[in-house]
Amino acid sequence: MPNGNNKPMGYQLEFEKPLLQLEEQIAVLESHQQQAGHAEDFNAEIKKLRQSHATMLKKTYGKLNAWQTVQVARHPARPQSVDYIGACVKDFCELHGDRRFGDDPAITTGFGRIGPYKVLLVAHQKGKDTRQKIACHFGCAHPEGYRKALSKMKLAEKFGLPVVTLIDTPGAYPGIGAEERGQAEAIALNLREMSRLKVPIVSIVIGEGGSGGALGIGVADRIAMMQYAWYSVISPEGCAAILWKTGAKAADAAEQLHLTARENVKIGTIDEVIDEPLGGAHRDPKAAYEKVEAWIVQTLRDLNRFKIDNLVKRRYEKFRNMGQFAEA
Amino acid sequence: MAQVPGRSWREVMDTSHKADVPEGLWMRCPACEAMLYRKNVEVNLWVCTEPACQHHYRVSAQQRVEQMCDPGSFEPMWLDVSPTDPLKFVDLKAYKDRLKAEAGKVTQPDAILAGTGYVKGRRVTLACLDPNFMMGSMGSVVGEVLTRAIEHAHDSDLPMITVACSGGARMQESALSLMQMAKTSAALARFDDDGGLFISVLADPTTGGVTASWAMLGDVILAEPKALIGFAGPRVIANTVKQELPEGFQRSEFLLDKGFVDRVVHRKDLRSEIARIIDYAGK
Repeated sequence: MPNGNNKPMGYQLEFEKPLLQLEEQIAVLESHQQQAGHAEDFNAEIKKLRQSHATMLKKTYGKLNAWQTVQVARHPARPQSVDYIGACVKDFCELHGDRRFGDDPAITTGFGRIGPYKVLLVAHQKGKDTRQKIACHFGCAHPEGYRKALSKMKLAEKFGLPVVTLIDTPGAYPGIGAEERGQAEAIALNLREMSRLKVPIVSIVIGEGGSGGALGIGVADRIAMMQYAWYSVISPEGCAAILWKTGAKAADAAEQLHLTARENVKIGTIDEVIDEPLGGAHRDPKAAYEKVEAWIVQTLRDLNRFKIDNLVKRRYEKFRNMGQFAEA
Repeated sequence: MAQVPGRSWREVMDTSHKADVPEGLWMRCPACEAMLYRKNVEVNLWVCTEPACQHHYRVSAQQRVEQMCDPGSFEPMWLDVSPTDPLKFVDLKAYKDRLKAEAGKVTQPDAILAGTGYVKGRRVTLACLDPNFMMGSMGSVVGEVLTRAIEHAHDSDLPMITVACSGGARMQESALSLMQMAKTSAALARFDDDGGLFISVLADPTTGGVTASWAMLGDVILAEPKALIGFAGPRVIANTVKQELPEGFQRSEFLLDKGFVDRVVHRKDLRSEIARIIDYAGK
């Protein structure tokens, strides 16, 4: 489970193994120390280990490559939207169902308060335990999820509430039912309608930004990514399978896809990076919640300065200008 | 031989032998395997001449605009918008080299050919994707040219016609390609706001990010017979759900049945169908 004091978290990423060893050593010494008579002997040693742990953590996370970033984004202990909602949203009033087919648990929608603002929240849901994960298809939404999102965003428009979306999906669900019920049409409609929705929209990619499934709730006035989130046209595994003919080249694909937050800022596909606590959001979720809440409040305050027609126009121009090409 | 044999995803997406129209006097239909006289197929708008088969070949954007427009009426636009390699993308081959290799296969700089023309005397803005250029995938150039075409239709009060034929968003431009979905859809929102008519024609194949954006936003959506149309590829779906896909899954007729296309239209009837819809709905 996530915690703030560097104890082992059950699941460790490959590149974090050396950190895990130090954490185990510290834990052993601490347990010895608690036995009478040893206190003085271990204090200095523990302090030293803690220091090298902090240094190593800084060093490891200071130069994460794209593939390592993807692994952090998928860390099982990484905060999910349900955690952010619990921590940052007061009086959350969930609204269910797309009024067409069903209620997709892979996308949560509802009213809530963030700081001084009443908002309409739309968030991918990956699920915490196995049962939830299966119900949410591991964060892969069906058409009814996208249609639920759109119907609630229309509510927000009707009642003048800004929309906040939290993106965390490997991609829209690729299944028989999803295709039968028009996955492509559902996403396409969201893109079109979000581009002209007459309320402010802010989006944060908190974990995985997988392709059209992410963009389907991501056409916003301001788009941020958490420092160790990824956002790309395809998952690294999918890209590797097609272009390298083997999913084993996912690390290479991750690098080539320029899918990190910083790379996305560079190419102009997102606006801002929200820095994570040292060692990733899963090491200090509280700090992550605070940063996310602060960013949302600040951004909504900024956007409130604009008349809505002007804001929608700027939103259009923002996406209109995306892309890079040559022109004689 | 009315039945078109099922094709694997790999076969569908393999452009090496299918997208190029075969050379030689005689050719074998990939669907019914009949030997066809090439000239006859060409005159037949690249549709198999066997009455029971009627397999629709993939055609280049140049061939497509010639088929769609009154003779000599198409005027290409935005031919100076050409691709770059913004991410310096390298897989088994560098994107830069792929672009060079693909450039020789088509008459326009990327996978889209757009401009104005007349369809049975009705002036339209037309944009067609080209399966011969990186499987008609949508990167920055396709997104930009299509957006300009939509804006042109908007400014000139013309119906907007697209012919989709694409493997989806172009991976080599990553999130830049992804954002073309939002960009084109936003342009269509504005066009829609002002009452513009958008007719979207779906040809084989229309998949991924192209389906999940502008291609599915037509006021009227037409599909050529038996075209593969979907969001995820059949192979990905089969791997995910671990079960056999239903008969005719993700084909035009399947989408018609599920309510996602308005009409399945034979290639020879596309012009008259479009003209008819313009007369009902155009300005």
